[in-house]
Amino acid sequence: MKKLRKRIFMAAGYNTIALGSGRKEFNPKKPRPGLEEYIKEAGQGTLKQVGGAANIDEGVIGNFMASKFNNQGNLAGLIPFIDEGLRWKPSCRVEGACCSGGLALVTAIKSVLAETADAVLAMGVEVQNTVKAVYGADILAGAGWSKERKAGHAYFFPGKFSDRAGEYFKQCGLERSRKAMARWYRNAVENARLVPTAQEHHNKQEDLEAAALCKPNPKSFVDNLTVYDCSKVSDGAASIAVLSEEGLKKAGIDKKDAIEVVGFGQVEADLTKPPADLTRLDTTEEAVKQALASAGITAADLGTVECHDCFTITGILSVEAIGLAKHCEGADFVSAGHTARGGRIPFNTTGGLVGWGHPTGASGVRQAVTIWEQLTGKAGKWQIELPKDRPYALSISMGGNDRTVVAIVYRRAA
Amino acid sequence: MNYAERLENVTVLGASGKMGSGILLLTAMEMADLSLKPENKDRHFVLNALDVSHQALGGLMKYLKVQVQKAAEKKIVQLRKVYESHADLIDNKDIVDRYVSDVCALVRPTTTLESAYGSSLVFEAVIENPALKIKLFSQINKNSTKEPWFFTNTSSIPVHELDEKAGLGGRLLGVHFYNPPAIQKLVELIRAASTKDELVEFALAYAKNLRKIVVPSNDFAGFIGNGHFMRDALYGISEAERLSKEMPFTEAVYTVNRATQDFLLRPMGIFQLIDYVGLDVCQYIMSVMAERLGTPSGKVSPEVLHSPLLDRLIAAGVKGGQFSDGSQKDGFFKYEKNRPAALYDPETKQYVPVASFQAACDAKMGPLPEPALSWKSIMKHPKKEAALEEFFSKLASMETPGAVLARRYGERSLEIGLKLVSDKVANSEEDVNTVLLSGFYHAYGPINKYFKKAARIKA
Repeated sequence: MKKLRKRIFMAAGYNTIALGSGRKEFNPKKPRPGLEEYIKEAGQGTLKQVGGAANIDEGVIGNFMASKFNNQGNLAGLIPFIDEGLRWKPSCRVEGACCSGGLALVTAIKSVLAETADAVLAMGVEVQNTVKAVYGADILAGAGWSKERKAGHAYFFPGKFSDRAGEYFKQCGLERSRKAMARWYRNAVENARLVPTAQEHHNKQEDLEAAALCKPNPKSFVDNLTVYDCSKVSDGAASIAVLSEEGLKKAGIDKKDAIEVVGFGQVEADLTKPPADLTRLDTTEEAVKQALASAGITAADLGTVECHDCFTITGILSVEAIGLAKHCEGADFVSAGHTARGGRIPFNTTGGLVGWGHPTGASGVRQAVTIWEQLTGKAGKWQIELPKDRPYALSISMGGNDRTVVAIVYRRAA
Repeated sequence: MNYAERLENVTVLGASGKMGSGILLLTAMEMADLSLKPENKDRHFVLNALDVSHQALGGLMKYLKVQVQKAAEKKIVQLRKVYESHADLIDNKDIVDRYVSDVCALVRPTTTLESAYGSSLVFEAVIENPALKIKLFSQINKNSTKEPWFFTNTSSIPVHELDEKAGLGGRLLGVHFYNPPAIQKLVELIRAASTKDELVEFALAYAKNLRKIVVPSNDFAGFIGNGHFMRDALYGISEAERLSKEMPFTEAVYTVNRATQDFLLRPMGIFQLIDYVGLDVCQYIMSVMAERLGTPSGKVSPEVLHSPLLDRLIAAGVKGGQFSDGSQKDGFFKYEKNRPAALYDPETKQYVPVASFQAACDAKMGPLPEPALSWKSIMKHPKKEAALEEFFSKLASMETPGAVLARRYGERSLEIGLKLVSDKVANSEEDVNTVLLSGFYHAYGPINKYFKKAARIKA
């Protein structure tokens, strides 16, 4: 992939809370905010930082399954609901399962590259607690091929990634793998505890790794994963402005408060084909390769990563897909603490999907917000310091079983 | 007749009652699970839900649908396998809906006893009235085409007595579920000397499939569960009466209730439990036990199994028990949102708000042992045994009125438990404990070292 033909920036990020089990204010029996409220809160959060709707040319919103979770289609029509100033501006909704947020980001990036806009409001939203988990599993199964649903597990995606975990156990050793998965869970929760918007912010579990090492129960769930290995059901939205240099200027945002997109990769795999190797995320691998190439850097230049850890095993497979560790050694890399916040290359510094939460359509945008916070020094209690010689950050947004992937490389704008 | 054949045509008597509806639910799901096995595809399973009122049966069918749906959602992983060959059932929702309709389709709500005449198994869960039970058993037995087996859910009436009077010739077994049957794990199995072995074998297989914990109890009125509970309740009443000489009756009841709940770490205090079961039900069970255990043939030494206080309250219309939606009726306590809020004063026939004396009573009782524990916290405590030991050794060292009251109570509960074993109602101490742990949700069995120790120190 070629170098970007124009400088692209992101700024003015905003995350709502990730609401769901684990949050003190979550009560499944009581009414909760809907799609509209989440979109409005996140969108206004960004508008306030860019000097209002007048400085936005276009809107794009990522969402996976509002049509089923909320009986709502035509989500583009909820962008003008954020602010009257957005009426009659071009808007669209994009969908690529759990990569919907990632697609919102690249769609915004492409609009700016195409010079049809200087400032795009890029958002993501999902409100999933409207149905019980057993039926939510049906809806989320839509990220896979519908013809596979019948033969699939009741909890379709946990089933798919349990199969990946099972194969990884076989090839790399059970104890070695589960130890790493438990460490991943611990890192996720420890990071989330620092972040008031995170779903696991209130988590008080004492020995996180010991808890996560409990035995999977195939009778009520899947063969190789426990609930600790899974991201939870979350409601939430995220929003960020994608800008050209003119857009930045117009919004009155100083470059030091912005990040620059230095490269990206967007990759699609055939939904009807099973993964060639269950222990590899080859689509992710390809997207990361393209992103790094377009940024002109290597994995060794990365200071932090936001990966799509829909399950703990996915986190470990991502480490290998990026090229930070060889096959099977991703587990050791994680167990050694290299991905922890004080480690060699901190991953998912606000908790990731397991810790911060996974409002599916919002996650990709939420990752960009996290990176924006970290690189511009706005991360409060969860701030990390990037080594000077590794100023780059990478985000990976993944849809389905490694089918739709967007990888983006960022650095602080200057 | 094999297991599936026996369950091909079943009747539940009293199906819309509290116990009957739970037994119906569990049996309906067990029958549906059998009907879904390929080897049973040519069998036609029928479950008659028999009760006296169409209105109640309508409510039962609604209850059934909601409960089966919940159960199906829980066992969705297995159900997907069961319906594997149904190409049209793809989503979990398709499968849950089909399972609900498959279970409900085999249930026939009915008010006519004739429906039971074709059943191979009759499950009786009518009110605790021996004459009614005997009448139903004899009539079905006389008219049946099948030589049916009878299961009775009696919680107190000796099985041999019902068998003899109804002329069932050993085709009766006590299968005592706990309330609510869909949730409580315990089933007490009571065989009379005459009960045929095949009934017991079948009941064990059936209870295992329902994932119940089975405890055998010998055939003495009240069995293990009520054998403990009624005596425990009578002791609570006598303690409240004793305390009421020094304080108002309402405060005495509050004090004993709190000692049994907070100091003994039970899920509810003894008076709340009496309300839950129903004062009238307690009164009746006590009378059933008193009539039978006082006689030489009962083999258990005579004792007073009667409470004039309960008689008095019931006469005043204070009965407890539950409304059909499961909410608590007022008894000793008046309930607000199912929580005790006020206590009945038999003198004024008024309820007195607990808040008006709670703080003073609590202060009088003294503090709870430290570190603090509650029934809820101990039930999920990672080091339950050690925590209980610490809590009760603290309790043993305290001389506050609350601690002394609780200790006396724990000792009495232990004594009742041991007597059930020495009277041969229970085969072992473990059986007594299992009944209280799984049927009453106690955190520890009545036969334990916590109070034994205290008893020994005293001696």
